[in-house]
Amino acid sequence: MTQDNHGKAYKFGMVIDLDKCTGCGSCMVACMSENNVPFKEDETNKKDSITWMSIFKLTNGKPFPETDICYMPRPCMQCGGKGDHGHSPCISVCPATATDYGHDTGIVSQIYTRCFGCRYCMAACPYHARYFNWWDPKWPDGMEEYLSPNVSPRMRGVVEKCSFCYHRYQAARDKAYHEERRDNIEEGEYQTACTQACPAGAITFGDLNNPEHEVSKLVKPDTHQCGKPRNPKAFRLLERLQTNPKVYYISEREWVRKAGDNYRDGEWGK
Amino acid sequence: MKIDRRSFLGLGLGAAAGVTLSPMPWKLTDDSSIWTQNWPWTPVPNDGEITFEDTICTLCPGNCGISVKKVDGRAIKIEGKKGYPVNDGGICLHGISGLQYLYDPSRVQFPMVKSGDTWKQVSWDEAVALVAGKVKELRQKGMADSLACVSGTDKGSVAGLYKRFLTSVGSQNFYTLETMEKSWEILISRIHGLKASASFDIANSDYVISFGAGFIEGWGSPVSNFIANSSRKERKAKLVQVEYRLSNTAASADTWLPAKPGTEADLALGICSAIISGNLYNAEFVKNAKDFEAFAKFVNEKYAPELVSRTTGIDVAKIKEVASEFAKAKSPLAIAGRGKGDFAGNLMEFAAVHALNCLTGNINKAGGVWTVERQETLTWSSLEMDDTATKSYAKQPIGAVDSLVSGVSGSAEAGIFSAVVSAVSNQVVTSASLTKLFEAINASEKSPVELLMVYNANPCFTLHNAKAVKAAVNKIPFVVSFSSYMDDTAQLADVILPGHTFLEMSQDIESCASLAQNITALSKSVAAPVFDTKHPGEAIIAIAKAVEGTVASSFPWESYQECLESVIGDNFATLSEEGYIASELTAPANPIIVDFSLFAGFKGVTPLDGEEKSYPLTLMPIDTIRLASATFASSPFAIKTVEDRVLLKNDTLVEMNPETADKVGVSNGDYALITTPVGEAKVRVNLFDGIMPGVVAMPKGLGHTISGIGKVLKKDGAGLTGKKGATSIITVTGGVSKNIGPLENRYIGGKGVNVNELIGTVVDPASGLDAAWGIRARISKA
Repeated sequence: MTQDNHGKAYKFGMVIDLDKCTGCGSCMVACMSENNVPFKEDETNKKDSITWMSIFKLTNGKPFPETDICYMPRPCMQCGGKGDHGHSPCISVCPATATDYGHDTGIVSQIYTRCFGCRYCMAACPYHARYFNWWDPKWPDGMEEYLSPNVSPRMRGVVEKCSFCYHRYQAARDKAYHEERRDNIEEGEYQTACTQACPAGAITFGDLNNPEHEVSKLVKPDTHQCGKPRNPKAFRLLERLQTNPKVYYISEREWVRKAGDNYRDGEWGK
Repeated sequence: MKIDRRSFLGLGLGAAAGVTLSPMPWKLTDDSSIWTQNWPWTPVPNDGEITFEDTICTLCPGNCGISVKKVDGRAIKIEGKKGYPVNDGGICLHGISGLQYLYDPSRVQFPMVKSGDTWKQVSWDEAVALVAGKVKELRQKGMADSLACVSGTDKGSVAGLYKRFLTSVGSQNFYTLETMEKSWEILISRIHGLKASASFDIANSDYVISFGAGFIEGWGSPVSNFIANSSRKERKAKLVQVEYRLSNTAASADTWLPAKPGTEADLALGICSAIISGNLYNAEFVKNAKDFEAFAKFVNEKYAPELVSRTTGIDVAKIKEVASEFAKAKSPLAIAGRGKGDFAGNLMEFAAVHALNCLTGNINKAGGVWTVERQETLTWSSLEMDDTATKSYAKQPIGAVDSLVSGVSGSAEAGIFSAVVSAVSNQVVTSASLTKLFEAINASEKSPVELLMVYNANPCFTLHNAKAVKAAVNKIPFVVSFSSYMDDTAQLADVILPGHTFLEMSQDIESCASLAQNITALSKSVAAPVFDTKHPGEAIIAIAKAVEGTVASSFPWESYQECLESVIGDNFATLSEEGYIASELTAPANPIIVDFSLFAGFKGVTPLDGEEKSYPLTLMPIDTIRLASATFASSPFAIKTVEDRVLLKNDTLVEMNPETADKVGVSNGDYALITTPVGEAKVRVNLFDGIMPGVVAMPKGLGHTISGIGKVLKKDGAGLTGKKGATSIITVTGGVSKNIGPLENRYIGGKGVNVNELIGTVVDPASGLDAAWGIRARISKA
């Protein structure tokens, strides 16, 4: 299927409620299991540990017993780039067109067979959402049995990242076409694996262009400001870089929202 | 045409321009990346029709409903089952990783017998005959009481079969793991005189005080608690967490009360005192309780908030505030059981916490504690015992402990119209204690246990003082393991009859005791056996048949399936069709009685092992949902999610406050030596502000010795059904065998230190269970 700009344009986005997230790791494993993410004997060097969905632990830096922590799940932000025109940081630097912007979905793709491993995109990504295959993936004997045919296993020398479970979108789109409602994928029909697995219900996924979808209701994206949330409790990571991510975070806690960007002293609140 | 300089250059430049403007360079880069990436070893998974099959996950007692996604009949993913009453689509990371347990080549792939330090592959018939022969031999010698079995649980028909086997052979030595469930059961019997387990209606409670229970660390039925916890905001419910450390549960709670470890019971009684002195208790409910006046006097004298504040470190005002909020809540609930609740803990700590529930009377009501009488849902045919069995069955179990179990005296049973003022009458009951068993073995020169069967348990890893447990297991002449994995206990076994994984077998499942719902479920096999393993129920039936005589006739079934159908009885059809039967809890017909006399003579919880002078710090084991710390070890996926401040390379990191680190003279990332009265370990330091100074926390679930099991001799020829594993099983050439590849699990084996090796056992005189909750320790820079 080629890019279809004539149909309805979706803008898929994710909202993560950081007050609900318990850091349990279900989203990470659901993602690994869904997307054939490999594993190594030692995964404690987090710089080379491939986790499309990663969870960061933030602390408020206060001493005992004033300490507070917050877990922050971080998938690919699926940036729209400056002006939300699809010039996301990684796409702008890719010399091989191995990563591209889906104007019909808002999803940043990653085509493994086109990638020749220059890793410019990793340097460009401000969220460390991209990972490089330093080694060929190796499954213990017999464990290849559980690999899914919907996502190709990668090989040494390519970059990979979260795709918002694009194959699930394709399946939902195929189903919609088949049922002759080609521009109408229902909210529940396309959900990412992490959203589905989260036992705390902290992740919401849907179409930001559709005001009926829960994601839009939660963050109230401002279309005149490239989707900046109008909900004061919602924020995007490094908002001021103008990467215009499609992943939003919600927290009642001010220190958590403040951790979303590099504010200088006295800058917060302006 | 004559080629002159001019036309040559023209052609050359034209060609260059043409190539550049054509898509060829781009096509070539693209193609070259494709060509250089098409390696034959990159797997290309087969496609096919997608189907889903539902079953129950039994990796932990939470028992979530799962949907196994299959492509062309091949299981590729596990998802939570929508609409299942426990988890409604949610799932934890271990459940999702289920297929890594299934296809794991480090599983025990066929029956094996150990001779010396070498494992030898045997057929199922040989393995069964070997075990049955030993049993027969012991029975002939009149030593049937030297047979013992350790099982993860006593619930369900598979555990029932193992227990039945022991009984029919003539042994009372059936042991189960000591968890908080047991503590609650004993407590319910002591306070209410009921033979019941405790369930907690967390999802409907508007005010929960948890004394160290790690709701979101995996306590009780983990996913169900995740769901209840995250709906708290919408329900306007509050969670107060009493814990010495900012655990994930404490961080998620509305109020965090960092009481010193070991003073949780004091704090609970302090809150009781504030409730009583503020006249906030449910007078209607406690008016008939036995010894309420004495209890009130006792807590007001010894546990007034002012006094408790000193021991716990919590403000008086805060204690009073929580007491008042708790008492005024519509359905307040107090919960005990540290971390995941997989240790028994102190009975009196549970009692102090449950006193709060008794004061508010929120028992057997929505949002409260439920006393659920355990009904035997399985109907077993009567069992035959010959003289040998009857004679040795009369003997007490090895490592027997006396504990008080209570029943209700006459008047309450008379019904709701009689006066409910009643005491529970105590009687001493002797039961088999797992902790005492291993102590007894280590204490005697010759092991009183001649044959130990281990089913669905890994005592050499999960019990406190794990090294001593290993020593005890090593002393037992014949150890039979039914484990699917080369776990810490199976490694010490003499014969392994490998069981199916949960995805390969069918069994009946009783819901987790702490879940406020009755669910009976039937799991089913969703994958064909990957290796030459057997259903553990099938294995024990085969052994019983081979023992012959009355033991064999007590196991009349042809297969486990037949046994399952017969013991489930009428419900079998419904269960096979629906997968589960769920019902709401019902309150007992008689009004509940409360007996506070238990508190007479309460002197605080059992103290920590070790003296303060040489061990100035307190070492606490901590739970995290990302690490499996019970019978099964973590999967490669789960280990991948573990933070580098918990595990770094092969080192465990211990958590301590920067203030503690300053005193000890270590800084973040340093290697340190941690010493307790029981053992020592080299660890690294992780500084965390959220832990109380003076306390050191160490994660549970690391330090498995799965790898390096030595040599395996492969039986010639057939016997292997595992398709991939077969190629890498070692072969014997000229009597020399080489180390076996697939049986080494390097993804979890050898990573970190098992905290249970640093903590000793402390038997609680009140319950007879292991009550150790930490240990004194010291740390020095290494």
